Amino acid sequence: MSAVSNVMALELAYWQVSILRTLGILAAVLLPAGTFVYLFLFKMVSFMQSRLGPMEAGPFGSLQLLAEVGKWLQKEDVTPARADRVLFKIAPYLVVTTVLLVYLAVPFGPDLTFVGGGFTAGIFYAVAIASISTLGVIFAGWASANKYSLIGGLRAGGQLVAYELPLILAVVGVIIQAGTMNMQGIVAAQATGSIFGFDLLGNPYVLTQGLGFLIFMIAVQAELAQTPFDMPVAEAELVTGYMTEYTGMRFLLFFIGEFAAAGSFAAIGATLFLGGWAVPEAWADLDSNLFNLLGPIILLVKMCLLGGLIFFIRFTFPRLREDQLQRFAWTILIPASLFNILATTILKVAF
Amino acid sequence: MAPKPKGSRPTKGTGLLKGMAVTFNELTQTMWPGEGVSRFKQRPSPAKGAATVQYPHEKEAPAPRARGVIALKEENCTVCMLCVRSCPDWCIYIEGHKEKAPPRRPGGKERTVSALDRFDIDYSLCMYCGICVEVCPFEAIFWSPEYEYSEPRIADLLHDKDRLVEWMETVPDFEPYEAGSDAKVKKVPR
Repeated sequence: MSAVSNVMALELAYWQVSILRTLGILAAVLLPAGTFVYLFLFKMVSFMQSRLGPMEAGPFGSLQLLAEVGKWLQKEDVTPARADRVLFKIAPYLVVTTVLLVYLAVPFGPDLTFVGGGFTAGIFYAVAIASISTLGVIFAGWASANKYSLIGGLRAGGQLVAYELPLILAVVGVIIQAGTMNMQGIVAAQATGSIFGFDLLGNPYVLTQGLGFLIFMIAVQAELAQTPFDMPVAEAELVTGYMTEYTGMRFLLFFIGEFAAAGSFAAIGATLFLGGWAVPEAWADLDSNLFNLLGPIILLVKMCLLGGLIFFIRFTFPRLREDQLQRFAWTILIPASLFNILATTILKVAF
Repeated sequence: MAPKPKGSRPTKGTGLLKGMAVTFNELTQTMWPGEGVSRFKQRPSPAKGAATVQYPHEKEAPAPRARGVIALKEENCTVCMLCVRSCPDWCIYIEGHKEKAPPRRPGGKERTVSALDRFDIDYSLCMYCGICVEVCPFEAIFWSPEYEYSEPRIADLLHDKDRLVEWMETVPDFEPYEAGSDAKVKKVPR
């Protein structure tokens, strides 16, 4: 792995690099996911509802998540009698694995990339691999042999297909403006850019791609099946949708998958629109080794901003209806994102 | 209702922002309880701002007429069995016997009274309907707002006579009825 050997000036054997990579990706996935669960699911929503949330496990309940994981690990792993056993068992792993793979494309510092020099088609790969988790959800819904699971899985399929499109089209605007699909390149373009010659802030695309950012966040909300768009798991209608028949460890995997996916989309959003691991170049020398240390922290802060927004919206709004969701995607979001691409292209050529 | 004139309709989307402002204000009210901008100067104190109570550490005082546990005034019980027969769950068990008691005034006849041998309430069955309290004609059973009597073993939820009598001191006085009521306010026998 170029990152570690660059940073620490070490020659490592392939197996050592592989172990470091595995640990790195686990840390990159689980740390933000745990942070999101504690900060937003446990604490922010509690304060919004005038209560304190978990307070007993560890200081201010910060170890509550470990306790929950311990609880789930002890539970029985039930497979329904008429389930399609193989599909039923691999579905949660499929969901979690795709989330882990998304992080491969995200840069964490000037040398901290999982692929040396940054993934050339990084954002293309990230969006493509993220949509595979839809398959896991449909597998789960189909294999459970349960009508609620099936309806939930089909709803998830329809919803994720409908919102994949505006998500990708919103990202296209960023790709046009940055002129590269490499996420490392997109970070650099934002850090070194300037808005009409004003370069103190660089050019974070949240300012120049405002419409794209809006569409991206709405589509992410739907991709993650968070509340205004949570019909696949609508608990009042479908128990918990495709997760209904899952227990114990496999339910835990879906849970981790949900929040790790929130983390991965927040990481993509932070990289594409908020400048990723970098600060504007006017502030500091970005090539210095210091940013291999600071970069992940800066990225985590930006991810928490976006994650906070996602969960803020989740805990504020009621659920839409299935047909409203589809109509919103096809008649408003997709035309808006096409217009965004058109406008970006014209402006890119004009300036 | 007549349709509103078109000009007064709020712009689309403002409702979304209003909703987010509500949850955000609630969040800051929990973190920094109080009024005005100066509340942000204090340290975040969600324990004060929360509407909930951290139960084992601090307790919420139950309402005075809360149905927590049933208390028994043993001296008033005449073993009439009305409560046993009215209980929908059959969770009250009473046994008694007749006893000779000395005459009320010298030279009088010896009296026969009913003495209580057993008065058990099985709280694992009780559904807290309060019919026994209402049906008792001799003011021997009362509601107490105490609620902390859970047990690790279900059999221990059967409270015997001695335990039920102990609850008697936790029974609060009856509150006066609303103005204009002719009914006499009952007194709790102490």
